[in-house]
Amino acid sequence: MSEYTSDQFKRMNIDDLAMEETSMQAPPRFFKDAFTRFKKNKGGLIGLVAIGMILLLAVIGPMLGEHTYNVIVKEHIDLPARIPWFEGFGLFDGSVQGYNPYVNRGLTDVYYWFGTDNLGRDLWARVWMGTRISFFVAIVAVAIDVVIGITYGLVSGYFGGKVDMVMQRVVEVISGIPNLVVVILLMLVLKPGLTSIILALMITGWISMSRVVRSQVLKIKEMEYVLAAKTLGATSFIIIFKEVLPNIVGQIIVMTMFSIPSAIFYESFLAFIGLGLQPPTASLGVLISRGYQAMLTYPHMVLFPVIVLSILMLSFNLVADGLRDAFDPKMKGF
Amino acid sequence: MDKNVLLDVVNLKQHFRINRKTTIKAVNGVSFQIFEGEIFSVVGESGSGKTTLGRSIIRIYDANDGEVTFLDQKISGKLDVKHRTFLHKNMQMIFQDPMASLNPRKKVLDTVAFGLDVLNESGSDEERKQRVSEALESVGLFPEHMSRYPHMFSGGQRQRIGIARALIMKPKFIIADEIISALDVSIQAQVIQLMKKIQKEQNLTIMFIAHDLSMVRYISDRVAVMHLGHIVEMGSVDDVFNHPIHPYTKSLLSAIPQPDPRSERTRQRVFYQKENLDYSACEMMQVSRGHSVLADTELLKQWENNDYKQYLVDKSN
Amino acid sequence: MEPILKVEHLQLSFELSQGKNHVLRDISFELYPQETLAIVGESGSVKSVTIKALLGLIDENGVIESGSCLFRYKSNETVDLLQSSDQYLQRNIRGNKIAVIFQDPMTSLDPTMTIGKQIMESMLDHKKVADKKEAKEKTLNLLKLVGIDRPDERFKHYPHQLSGGMRQRIVIAIALACEPDILIADEPTTALDVTIQAQILELIKDIQKKTGVAIIFITHDLGVVANIADRVAVMYAGKIVEVGTSDEIYYDPRHPYTWGLLSSIPSLDKKDEDIVAIAGTPPDLTHPPKGDAFAYRSGVALAIDLIEHPPFFEVSKTHKVASWLLHPMAPQVAMPDILLRRLNKEEVHEVKHG
Repeated sequence: MSEYTSDQFKRMNIDDLAMEETSMQAPPRFFKDAFTRFKKNKGGLIGLVAIGMILLLAVIGPMLGEHTYNVIVKEHIDLPARIPWFEGFGLFDGSVQGYNPYVNRGLTDVYYWFGTDNLGRDLWARVWMGTRISFFVAIVAVAIDVVIGITYGLVSGYFGGKVDMVMQRVVEVISGIPNLVVVILLMLVLKPGLTSIILALMITGWISMSRVVRSQVLKIKEMEYVLAAKTLGATSFIIIFKEVLPNIVGQIIVMTMFSIPSAIFYESFLAFIGLGLQPPTASLGVLISRGYQAMLTYPHMVLFPVIVLSILMLSFNLVADGLRDAFDPKMKGF
Repeated sequence: MDKNVLLDVVNLKQHFRINRKTTIKAVNGVSFQIFEGEIFSVVGESGSGKTTLGRSIIRIYDANDGEVTFLDQKISGKLDVKHRTFLHKNMQMIFQDPMASLNPRKKVLDTVAFGLDVLNESGSDEERKQRVSEALESVGLFPEHMSRYPHMFSGGQRQRIGIARALIMKPKFIIADEIISALDVSIQAQVIQLMKKIQKEQNLTIMFIAHDLSMVRYISDRVAVMHLGHIVEMGSVDDVFNHPIHPYTKSLLSAIPQPDPRSERTRQRVFYQKENLDYSACEMMQVSRGHSVLADTELLKQWENNDYKQYLVDKSN
Repeated sequence: MEPILKVEHLQLSFELSQGKNHVLRDISFELYPQETLAIVGESGSVKSVTIKALLGLIDENGVIESGSCLFRYKSNETVDLLQSSDQYLQRNIRGNKIAVIFQDPMTSLDPTMTIGKQIMESMLDHKKVADKKEAKEKTLNLLKLVGIDRPDERFKHYPHQLSGGMRQRIVIAIALACEPDILIADEPTTALDVTIQAQILELIKDIQKKTGVAIIFITHDLGVVANIADRVAVMYAGKIVEVGTSDEIYYDPRHPYTWGLLSSIPSLDKKDEDIVAIAGTPPDLTHPPKGDAFAYRSGVALAIDLIEHPPFFEVSKTHKVASWLLHPMAPQVAMPDILLRRLNKEEVHEVKHG
């Protein structure tokens, strides 16, 4: 207590500028912050990596093998998987249930990494071609969700009243019709194929997105910054797109991610029951449908497309989960 | 000393239909005038209708009945574009919740410049920044702050940003809707002093909505006390604080805590009993010049004789 | 007399993505039996965090750096709550010996349970009663104690059927259900209308008289606790800066922050209508300032304020102030004019010390 000098007790003039502090750090902004949190989510990262790898294989896969996806080779029908390096270890050596058709037919220098189907087509190439279709369907699903789903939800939620009531009743009617019925009806009118699937998605696939968006809009439209925008004379259009939408972007991204695996599965399921794409088009669903019929004798035909489909869907779900946690932090600052 | 009437509200009614059976009469026939250059406070507790009143005047809600005249223009009922723009340019509102009144995804620059952007009056990028700069400085913040996001500011600072947003429009009239209720007492003082300073500098007229009387005394010229959708007493600050007539006003005054332990310990509080009063059977009666009370002739006589039996008790039930 | 709760040098911080937020930098205070201690400071969670720390309820990213909190549960036995297991706290302390009332009555009650059941729940859980019948009887008595009319009817009501003020009374009843030794009220009237606030404050005072419970009352408003506080501790930037009896704090405040708080409250005295706001904003505790954190806002900063944090200086046995202004070598600084005027107004007898 005694080692103080009188100098230290002189009055100081604190610069006025020093007083108006804000948070010293610039806390990271919305997306950067979420990105950091996402990086910590192991599941999400694994999913992201897996999607990346499958995407890569979908693009270059068919070109890697020696065979093409739609050439029918009578001599090579029903061949199990045979992969060069692995066969040294007794795996993927082309044998099934004790017998080896490669040996039996004298195909010593022929390799099919995923085997062939019942018409001798290379399954490796077909699986990756099928995956391309799955990704395509994913993109279409997202586009529909965004364009139709978000807009519908924004308008319905923001304007409320009679507009909302009518729009919600319409949604209820549409969602009341089973998806399969819609698809079958479309099949009657159009040829089975990608167009009909896209149309089916356009009619039903955006509904859950619109509901989520609507509930978020209902929450936000009572916030005071929206009221402030009104008192400053902003039109509804400006308010919806400049005040409301930026605040629900996080939710939208998450919902979009979740809608992808369901769209992919939807296509595969339709193919499986024979309503969607048809052979020779190679979608994962088509392959599974065919492979399923020979499952007990030649399991490889169903196994590979199933594994790829499963990994793809699981990965999207993991990424969506990770994103949802990243955008919705539970930990508070104090 | 005949001041101009800036805002004239006559018999304003705002009802909300909850369902077929229930209608909430949030504002139930309210009339008053606000003079140019004054600070007019509207005080009431939750359910009094004070916030609804402000929002009906500025047309966030559309009133069910009554007439509102602002700067000699009618602003109630159907409005054409010209009148709407007139309203938005000259009347502004500041909101209660510092956490919710600023868009979390917008920089302060964009939030404050918003009103100008809507009217296409922001000019070039440079001009826009300049005007926001001035607005921020007038509320005690710094130009550097405009590139930051709301979450980096404290509650009191956010309120000041909200004030800057309103002031940049150079309005003639500001409705301050409970702007200090969500702040600590020490920050309330900051914001109140800022409002007083701005009002003087720009000769603004302010309608100050509050839920308790303590700060109101410091800042207002005239006060209206609201309860359950009605104005129960109205007058100058001196009238309402020193010569309150309505039992509700007296109970409000009685409830204000003072930082003085010795007087607090001996203080006798009074509590309002509304059950025996029917507001719809009363009307605004004059007590003295500029001072009126919601009552009928008998009640007024009774209260002026300081007889509050049935209406005030000293122990809450 | 021995304190029933003694917090010493509590330091608590939160791990955030941008660094550590040192919300409590050195908190020490005592609570004596049957008294009401008010803890006053800026709003936000800093004061509430102290309470949560004591009861082991802080979020996962909170770290208690150091400190102790001794709770005297029997006349000669204490336990350090900060060192106790969650199980111990859950079984013996929370709701049982130490109860809390929070700010928002709307969210403090379970909307799906009748209020009678919610009050009884605590009693039955902590085995304070023999059976449901006894619990119901005690509950009805509690309802009467907290001023609920028609307790038999209200017993079966759900929270949404009650007004805000009544709900807060129920919250108080639940807190009192197990006859706690300590009641912590965290800004219990901030969300209420001012007339209801007056009633609830009267109620709390009344309950203390009747049950002898010790109360910690947390608030940002010195006006609110003037009536019920026996002692007041003022907190700023994570530290206690002044503590004293009610008289001492209101009539002889010594810390510039306390002066600032008192000056911010308008007086209803017609001749004195001024208020003086504290300039600036509280510091960001992810980068806690060296020295006295309030100095740069006080207008009376000394050179040493920027270097070293002041220790407590004693004004009396009960009145301690952490400000360099009380050092013998510091210049004489009087409290602001506005306070001088207000305090001279009241015919103040000599401030009772000790």
